[in-house]
Amino acid sequence: MSSDPIDGKSGGRAALAPAIPGWAAPLRLTVNGTAHTVRSSPETPLLYVLRDELQLHGPRFGCGLGQCGACTVHLGGVAVRSCSIPVSAVGDQPVTTLEGLGSPDHPHPVQQAFIEEQAMQCGYCINGWIMTAAALLDKTPHPGDAEIRTALSGLICRCGAHMRILRAVRRAAARGG
Amino acid sequence: MKTVSAHTLSRRQFLKTSGAVVVSFAMPPVILGSQPGAAGAAAAETVPDPARLDSWLAVGEDGSVTVFTGMLELGMGVATAYAQIVAEELDVPVRSVSLIMGDTARTPDQAGIGGSRAVSTGARPLRNAAAEARRVLLDLASARLGAPADQLTIRDGVVRRADDATKTASFGELIGGRHFDVTLKTSGEGSTLDVAGSARPKSPDQYTIVGQPVPRIDIPDKATGRFTYIVDVRVPGMLHGRVIRPAPPGARLLAAEGAQALPGSVKVVRKGNFLGVVADTEWDAIQAARNLKVTWSPSEVSWPPMADLYRVMWSMPARLRRVMAEVGDVDAALAKAARTIEARYDWPFLSHAMMGPSCAVADVRDGGATIWSGTQHPHQLREGLAELLNLPPGNVRIIWVEGSGSYGRSGSDDAAADAALLSQTVGRPVRVQWMRADETGWDPKGPPVVTAVRAGLDDQGNVVAWDYVARDFTGRGVPPEAARAGNFLAAHLIGLAADSIDEPPNLQEAYTFPNKRRVGEVVPWPQEASPLRTGFLRAPSQPGTTFGAESFVDELAAALRVDPVEFRLRYLQDPRAIAVIQAAAQKAGWISRPSPRKGVSPSGLATGRGIAYAPRGNTRLATIAEVEVNQATGQVHITRLVIAHDCGLIVNPDGLRGTIEANLIQSTSWALKEEVQFDRSGVTSVDWATYPILRTPDAPDTLDIVLINHPDMPPSGAGEPASVATAPAIANAIYDATGARLRTAPLTPARVTEALLRRA
Repeated sequence: MSSDPIDGKSGGRAALAPAIPGWAAPLRLTVNGTAHTVRSSPETPLLYVLRDELQLHGPRFGCGLGQCGACTVHLGGVAVRSCSIPVSAVGDQPVTTLEGLGSPDHPHPVQQAFIEEQAMQCGYCINGWIMTAAALLDKTPHPGDAEIRTALSGLICRCGAHMRILRAVRRAAARGG
Repeated sequence: MKTVSAHTLSRRQFLKTSGAVVVSFAMPPVILGSQPGAAGAAAAETVPDPARLDSWLAVGEDGSVTVFTGMLELGMGVATAYAQIVAEELDVPVRSVSLIMGDTARTPDQAGIGGSRAVSTGARPLRNAAAEARRVLLDLASARLGAPADQLTIRDGVVRRADDATKTASFGELIGGRHFDVTLKTSGEGSTLDVAGSARPKSPDQYTIVGQPVPRIDIPDKATGRFTYIVDVRVPGMLHGRVIRPAPPGARLLAAEGAQALPGSVKVVRKGNFLGVVADTEWDAIQAARNLKVTWSPSEVSWPPMADLYRVMWSMPARLRRVMAEVGDVDAALAKAARTIEARYDWPFLSHAMMGPSCAVADVRDGGATIWSGTQHPHQLREGLAELLNLPPGNVRIIWVEGSGSYGRSGSDDAAADAALLSQTVGRPVRVQWMRADETGWDPKGPPVVTAVRAGLDDQGNVVAWDYVARDFTGRGVPPEAARAGNFLAAHLIGLAADSIDEPPNLQEAYTFPNKRRVGEVVPWPQEASPLRTGFLRAPSQPGTTFGAESFVDELAAALRVDPVEFRLRYLQDPRAIAVIQAAAQKAGWISRPSPRKGVSPSGLATGRGIAYAPRGNTRLATIAEVEVNQATGQVHITRLVIAHDCGLIVNPDGLRGTIEANLIQSTSWALKEEVQFDRSGVTSVDWATYPILRTPDAPDTLDIVLINHPDMPPSGAGEPASVATAPAIANAIYDATGARLRTAPLTPARVTEALLRRA
């Protein structure tokens, strides 16, 4: 899977096991290398646990339907939509968010390329683009333009920063991801 | 250093701690420090007086400069442009400037943002205040360094004696943490507010920072998840709310039951037909809104069937008719014309469809309110919410926090009203974020625009008359729109009447036809508690009117067998208009020939090019689209977009390019894909599947921007103009490629196919 699930076709809520009724054991979650105990109920989508319990800003609510990608995180290195995954389904897989990918002082090469290309307007969606592109380049370090466009076709940017985003991904790819 | 949030410090506290605190534009306050009972106290401060220099600018003990402005950043780089403008006047590094934006207790009222005026008029008082601050600093340095001001130089916030560079005084030493106590002369108000001191700002030929492609100050934090958007605001004791809208629209709330069975100690808030839930966690609130058993009365929407919309718009009597311009005698010239040509064009309802659904946090307690919002008009929102909450405006404080790009009157103000009502009822701070269906379904819509153009030609093929009429709806919500409670959706639901504002559509063109008339008409449209109520959307109504005018100009050129560029240039005298058309044509490698191209094949892939020209305010632009039309499927692919853009003085060319590029892509999305769907049950386009917009495979293969800089002219705005000419450029390119003329947007495969079948 080179990209994340869209509309539940290749994953997301429909493909995941339902939460076990009455399950009360505390959930543990490893996010950006740190272990956390989670208070949220098991069926709570991962997005709200990351944002409301762990106070992370990277993954954002855009649609709650797996249609836009603003909530994308890496789960075991794969880009997934955290709005459509119950926290109980995460299990032992490490979660990485935009914050965990890199920092202003030490940005990930894809973040660096987005900064260099000034590849955003408001930036609300940019989490999805960076996380999806990072997962793409991890598997396919030198994608062609059509391959990039297809791999990113499940994402929404309402402002219309697509041309700069594509330039940023090409720039990161040219550096070998 | 104490970690103090820039979002909640009062002005007084700010100056006390200034120098010790780094107030950065994108400070990450994970938790905002609102104490119980603090809401009223914090709100007690009045809006800063624009006549005081201290209301605009403060220098910290470390020499850092903080600018206070009622203007806002919407993701187009305005904050960076402001930092450049202030740094330029003060001779400080850009990185030492930070901004406090849109806080009614700490920033002057500049009527918020809109109309592409952030850099054009919004920056003027900042520039003038900074110039005056520089003068004061030079005076202080003159006394301290024992040399007249004209013997001093400033670099990077340090003043030096010209004759002895070891004699220095930094801005921090001169005034750090203290007031300027200087009075400014003010003029205008709201969006035209300006100030002047005794200093003159620099002349553009002295600029070393303005005009440079300074990287945006917000992007590193945004790219790494450190930025705080409105959705990230958290206050202690905060609960989560969600709203439930009438289904169908207009229905009365009969019952809301079953809250006891829901997890999360759900509180149901009912006020008239306003219905919301409040819970401890966000997920509990979402579940409660989904699972509450709600009964609505039957209701019939009062709008026409979607298929009849444009016909109905023409058939209704106009509530208002405004002649925007009239030259010569259009009726006489049409009567005498050898030939007349006319056509009508339709532009649909559009959703702002913000990426991040509208969000606000409200703390309404103890006779006061503090509301964090992604609004575009904080000071006007304050007036409106005060009315809604029945509080004196002085007890209400709005703190703007950047949201996702909003492009006009999105749902942000309505979400603020929702949060305020919920918080007032439960007596705790409440955060509300709309769900996707609330946003795309219920945000105020960009109104449909119908345009009719008629031209008279003489027997030599000259245009002798041009009659241009466009219609849109009442209630486009002109600023200060949020200053009245009646403009909030929640207010309609509790029974307050909507403001009805008749603002005719914006028709702009600049052709030198000897007889011409531009008329804007307004037809009535229900606005109350409606998911089809209308509000400003980027370049309000002009994408629709320009779609009409510039498609029609192309139709005239084709009827006369004249090249579309040459035809436009025949009827333009404004040198800046001519320059953008020529620059775009040159960049695109435009070859002069009439449209459609010769030897159009009726099947297979067809390629073509089209141009559209538009003025918007004092900005000029010409857009060229190159397209590939699949005549079997009706699919249109944009192979290239070229724009030449002149908005006067350029403050930041790279920021400007980013804004223009995004305008072009968003308007390509409007042109090819977007149309609000509705039926008798309400709005049915409610998410990205039912309201599809442009995605990467639909983006043009290439996009070229030619910037024309006029350092001698004031900046005239770029937030909207580049969005107005894209649809006609694409429609004209489709015509050039295929000979099929599309007069209704969006230019979907179904409409292209239909036009191909209609083609002669």
